Amino acid sequence: MTESNSVTVTRSASWLSAVRAAVVFIVLCGGLYPLLVTNAGKVMFLHEALGSMIIVDDTVVGSELVGQRFTAPEYFHGRPSAAAYDPFSVGGSNYSASNPDLRARAAEDSSIIAQREGFDPGSIPVDLISASGSGIDPHISPESATVQAERVAKARDIPVSHVNELIERYTEGPTLGVFGQPRVNVLRINLALDGKEISD
Amino acid sequence: MNEVIIIYAVTLLLAWPLGKYIAGVFNGEKGTAGAVFLPVESGLYRLFGVDPSQPMSWQGYGKALLKLHLVLVLIVFGLLMAQGLLFLNPDGIGGMSWDLALHTAVSFLTNTNQQHYSGQAQLSYLAHTFGIVTLQVVTPAAGMAALVAIVRTLLGRSDRKSQPSADGTVSVGNFYEDITRAIVRVMLPVAAVVALIIASQGVPNSYEGARTAIPLDQTAGMTEQNIPIGPVAPMVAIKQVGTNGGGWYGPNSSVPLENPTPVSNFVQTVSIVLIPAALVFALGFMTGRRRLAMVVMGVMVVMSVSLTSVAIWSENQPNAAFSGLAADGPNLEGKEVRFGATATALWGSWTTQTSNGSVNGMHDSFNPIGGMIPMIDMFINVTFGGIGVGLIGYLLFLLLAAFLGSLMIGRAPEIAGKALETREMKLVCIALLIQPLLILGFSAITVAFPALTGNSNPGFHGISQVIYEYTSAFANNGSGFEGLGDDTVWWNVTCAVNLALGRFIPILAPLAVAASLAAKRSAPEGRGSLSIDTPTFGLMTLAVIVMFTLLSFMPVLILGPIAEALALMS
Repeated sequence: MTESNSVTVTRSASWLSAVRAAVVFIVLCGGLYPLLVTNAGKVMFLHEALGSMIIVDDTVVGSELVGQRFTAPEYFHGRPSAAAYDPFSVGGSNYSASNPDLRARAAEDSSIIAQREGFDPGSIPVDLISASGSGIDPHISPESATVQAERVAKARDIPVSHVNELIERYTEGPTLGVFGQPRVNVLRINLALDGKEISD
Repeated sequence: MNEVIIIYAVTLLLAWPLGKYIAGVFNGEKGTAGAVFLPVESGLYRLFGVDPSQPMSWQGYGKALLKLHLVLVLIVFGLLMAQGLLFLNPDGIGGMSWDLALHTAVSFLTNTNQQHYSGQAQLSYLAHTFGIVTLQVVTPAAGMAALVAIVRTLLGRSDRKSQPSADGTVSVGNFYEDITRAIVRVMLPVAAVVALIIASQGVPNSYEGARTAIPLDQTAGMTEQNIPIGPVAPMVAIKQVGTNGGGWYGPNSSVPLENPTPVSNFVQTVSIVLIPAALVFALGFMTGRRRLAMVVMGVMVVMSVSLTSVAIWSENQPNAAFSGLAADGPNLEGKEVRFGATATALWGSWTTQTSNGSVNGMHDSFNPIGGMIPMIDMFINVTFGGIGVGLIGYLLFLLLAAFLGSLMIGRAPEIAGKALETREMKLVCIALLIQPLLILGFSAITVAFPALTGNSNPGFHGISQVIYEYTSAFANNGSGFEGLGDDTVWWNVTCAVNLALGRFIPILAPLAVAASLAAKRSAPEGRGSLSIDTPTFGLMTLAVIVMFTLLSFMPVLILGPIAEALALMS
């Protein structure tokens, strides 16, 4: 900035410069910036760039980052979803704690789960009856996996200890012991149950 | 808990050197960065057809800012309506209605990013990048430019302070020079680094269309799962570092494709506060008033930690709806397992303190007190605040505190040796009072006509949904109690009014105040004058902020979240 008094301070601004600057900023910030970063990211992290898809026997069975709906007894089940696990209509329930509809949904889920797993409702881990924010949460808590172990083992006619071992193997702890919560990726552990284990 | 402490510490530790760097950028220090960026910037000035050394009065600066914004909003509005007919649209997404396009364009123009649509299903790649990302880079830079102009005019070092020209007109700087430096040297480099870090964690990076998977359990009723991807990482990065908040996917950073791991969550959380906090340190380096910067930082950290603690406590309480139906645990409705209640409450509080507005969990499903904290954060809106505008807002409170403080110690009101008189205080009061006027006024009208509200939750929470939406619009935040059915002509148009007034009045009025003060004869700051860089004065400013907020908004807090909490307790 020139501070000299010989320069007059302008009180106006030109429309033409505004138009030219707007066009240049659109090319720079909306064109070049995403183009460069997207291509750099694709070169460095191709698998992640394309959605972290899991491919088994030439079939795309899903994404590590996108939960799926499971209802068959031989699989671990995920959390309730307000989006029916459709990634194009992602979303949470947006129910407030005071909304009677939330209580009704939770009561229904709770009694179904209690019956299915043979547990008292008071011991169901809370994530198993809470809808996630995204509607495609790929994870459940290790406790939520453990309450399902017996039913999965029975449906597959395999020892519970085997299922529990898988839970332990597929439990990811907090990063560096600090960041995030312990969790189990439902799709990945179910693939392992089917003998389609994928490596990292 | 350790996660929260580490995130606070890392953010402030990174903000310090970044603040020093930003101060250097605007003080015109050459340095190594200058050698790289100067040629780029001169090229840009030539393309704009402007002379960056041409000083502007506050009117000239304000007009340049408004004209650039007006051109941008027209282009983006057209783009949103016409996107269905244009290229870069692999998923075949159609154009928006006029009112949704108007609201969306104004929302992103004002650095708000309030979304009445879901990006993955309603925006083409062309609209997402050229429209949305452009505004996500340009608008925080405009906020930063306005802050720098105000700070150098109001508090600048004596050797740099703008002197009135021969005809008495005060220069506040050159708008194009300030905004170009902010974009080229701050916004784009920081965003690019964050984009590549989160890309490593799994945020998609591609111009190809949606992927298709064959789900494992074919008995569960979904034979194919279509997964939208796109050039997501660059957008998510600038959305986080630019206090923008508008995500690629509807539920924002709760979506695992937008925020895949605790590491990406850590980086994105730090990014929310990084530049707003850096600007507080930059204030010290730019003006040489480092003690003032430390006092401002102190006040902001006190406000931030106290409000965030309440949110974290509340979200670790069980959701009342689940009592007896599950084991006791934190409120996980609307939250992701990989983050948990604490990290989500921290994000919810920070994103509303800074006018960011991104979320990694659904605020509508927070416990009543946990959901009240984001509202209080947005009423205050100067706890770090939006890039540039947060600190400008704080300076308004500082002027008010200086005015009241001077009267309390029996002196003629002044700041930095300049007399605070009727003209300045009128502008300060307009900029402050328009907030409760618009938020409460529009909320009252909407609540009075239940057909307009679009509530998804009954009772007291329904009132909270309406107040939250207008508060978020005026605060240029963009988060919401998202159950609200807000894609209607009423919501789109009234929010657009709040968005625009909430953005430009709090920028232009302080700019006029700064220029008006700078034109006055300066009395030397002596022993008797009010010093603004003491902890006592910091406390005074804090008291003014708390009183102003409580007096304006306590009644609606009682009608909404507090009544809901009490009802759930009984």
